[in-house]
Amino acid sequence: MKLVLKGGRVIDPSQSIDSEMDVIIEKGRISGIERDFPQKESGTGVRIIDCRGMLVVPGLIDMHTHLREPGFEYKETVKTGSDAALAGGFTSIACMANTDPVNDNRSVTEFILRQARAADGVHVFPVAAVSRNLEGAVLTEFTDLLDAGAVALSDDGKPIVHSGLMRNALEYAHSLGLPLMSHCEDPGLSTGGHMNESLVSTELGLPGIPAIAEDIMVLRDIAIAEYTKISLHIAHVSTAGSVRAVRDAKARGVAITAETAPHYFSLTDEALAEYSTNCKVYPPLRTADDAEAVKEGLKDGTLDAIASDHAPHSSIEKDVEFEYAATGMIGLETSLALSYALVHTGILTERQLVEKMSTNPAAILRIPKGTLQTGVDADVTLIDPGRTWTVDTSLFRSKSRNSPFQGWKLKGKAVMTIVSGKIKYDER
Amino acid sequence: MKLPRKDILGLKDVPRDEIALILDTAESLKEISSRPIKKVPTLRGKTVINLFYEPSTRTRTSFEIAAKRLSADAINISTSTSSVVKGETLIDTAMTLDSMNPDIIVIRHGASGAPHILAKLLPQSIINAGDGAHEHPTQALLDMLTIRERKGAVEGLTVAIVGDIAHSRVARSNIYGLTTMGAQVRICGPAMMIPRGIEKLGVSVFTSMDEAIANADVIMMLRIQFERQNNVMFPSTREYARNYCLQAENLRHTRKDVLIMHPGPINRGIEIAPDIADGPHSAILDQVANGVAVRMALLYLLSGEQE
Repeated sequence: MKLVLKGGRVIDPSQSIDSEMDVIIEKGRISGIERDFPQKESGTGVRIIDCRGMLVVPGLIDMHTHLREPGFEYKETVKTGSDAALAGGFTSIACMANTDPVNDNRSVTEFILRQARAADGVHVFPVAAVSRNLEGAVLTEFTDLLDAGAVALSDDGKPIVHSGLMRNALEYAHSLGLPLMSHCEDPGLSTGGHMNESLVSTELGLPGIPAIAEDIMVLRDIAIAEYTKISLHIAHVSTAGSVRAVRDAKARGVAITAETAPHYFSLTDEALAEYSTNCKVYPPLRTADDAEAVKEGLKDGTLDAIASDHAPHSSIEKDVEFEYAATGMIGLETSLALSYALVHTGILTERQLVEKMSTNPAAILRIPKGTLQTGVDADVTLIDPGRTWTVDTSLFRSKSRNSPFQGWKLKGKAVMTIVSGKIKYDER
Repeated sequence: MKLPRKDILGLKDVPRDEIALILDTAESLKEISSRPIKKVPTLRGKTVINLFYEPSTRTRTSFEIAAKRLSADAINISTSTSSVVKGETLIDTAMTLDSMNPDIIVIRHGASGAPHILAKLLPQSIINAGDGAHEHPTQALLDMLTIRERKGAVEGLTVAIVGDIAHSRVARSNIYGLTTMGAQVRICGPAMMIPRGIEKLGVSVFTSMDEAIANADVIMMLRIQFERQNNVMFPSTREYARNYCLQAENLRHTRKDVLIMHPGPINRGIEIAPDIADGPHSAILDQVANGVAVRMALLYLLSGEQE
């Protein structure tokens, strides 16, 4: 059985393809990209999917999600997170280690992968903890975690404050070929804060987290990467200062990569004016100047990737006083459309968008994804760039509803998600 | 008479005519508290719940007395623990109270924005009796009533607010109220106690107390909010007092008729010297008396009853 994605605009930055072509899938793999695949083969073991007007791109990769399993299954499971990812156009996701127990040993990594196989949805790539129990004190057993199937290391959710530990972790991870993703936050400046420190925090009477709490740690990590000559990935960049630091470092030739999340260019701290707990996230929503800098960083290549930082929470954690509310927002089902707004507004080209949501995340995580080259797993996303839709969290596949984008009208949507040649999601 | 709003959550968006109406009403109700029988039937049959998540002496008592002098039934719920620690969420508590059909809920809470949760959820009028470091609107209203009584008007005056501005809900409500009523507001404190961007609220910022109080008509001293300090913001109370404790010698360079105010509770010898707190310029006890009148006015105006 052949699956032919016919007549769409195929964009595969890994092969510098951007033209109307037909993608042919056989036995779960890409078997070729051709022009004018004959229409008449339909009905003879060939299924033809009309992709005219659509973008046909390598399956999107969300390199930064939280699946909450094990430990917080009432917020999300590997299965519901995988379903949400499929609806959002993702074929691969990386999930962070702050579960309960923490993914700091091979049994948790193996458990997550077993749940992912049972879910039979997207490819799930566990990111294991750098330090035991995310305490920033003792390194986890990197080799064992790598054997178990972890693709990267991160203490995401918590910064690694001890610079010596950070350096050792980076050097050791490098010797095993594991990428390291850093959550940049100086707790001496951020502890006790609930939102960006600004006029808005002053008016709301909420303790603030200054932008420099992020900037300082980004600069430290750049110094470590520069000194050790080892590449390092900066997670969820939210400030103009971080964008500038990463840009300057790249210009000097430091092997640094960085991601941001859609909320950092779609929202500002003004969204908190009504104490909306769905807008409470770390790092916090920043000012309009920061959001502009993030867009500029995406445009000029300073920021390599867009990741959702999908962080499900239930009403138990969110329907409370702002200062008591948990941090984080879900994003798997809105990430593509919010990012596509950057194409509609002329900030990114379609190709750049695909790079930031597929090609680059694959390269940073060093996984054989993000491409439509012949022979690879047929992970493909079909995007209807003109599809307008209204965000309705009650229809989300995610178990949680903590999205600040409820009711937003968005343009651009994944209408088909194909994982290893199987159509896992279809709403054409 | 009635205020054109359901709740009083803060003074940020309350226009001048509404503040004037509240102050005028308070002035007219003040006389009730000096009668031998300090009670009028205005709010008979109304139920006011005082829901206090933070310890309070003057504000809670003041609201209770205000309700009782208007013949409303006042119920006090005090808990020093937060809704989270206690196990019941604020929303569950709110729904529980709603089922008993009160008319007005007064809430004090340590978390900024807690009154907004009730206001969104419940049909009752919500009065913010202080939320976190956000607002304390009834305090600012009673301060303005006191200033108006002693100075004739608020407009055109210069008011210096000195102390821990960053953690002060009193400072925020006074900044909004006083600037709306046409006063010039100066704020003063060590730079780390000046919250970011506050100059955009139309105030001038000082770090020297003597400069801030020079030629001021009113000096408002604030308590250091030790309970809100996450990390030590100054070396010691002794060191703080050296620079920001209002003492007799500071008053030598101020106007002779300067009015000295403090929202209480005062820490004698830390932000204000005892002889100043008790001295001829002090309006601290007038403020407390006016608190009852302002809260009577709000309960009355939010109930929308005709006299």
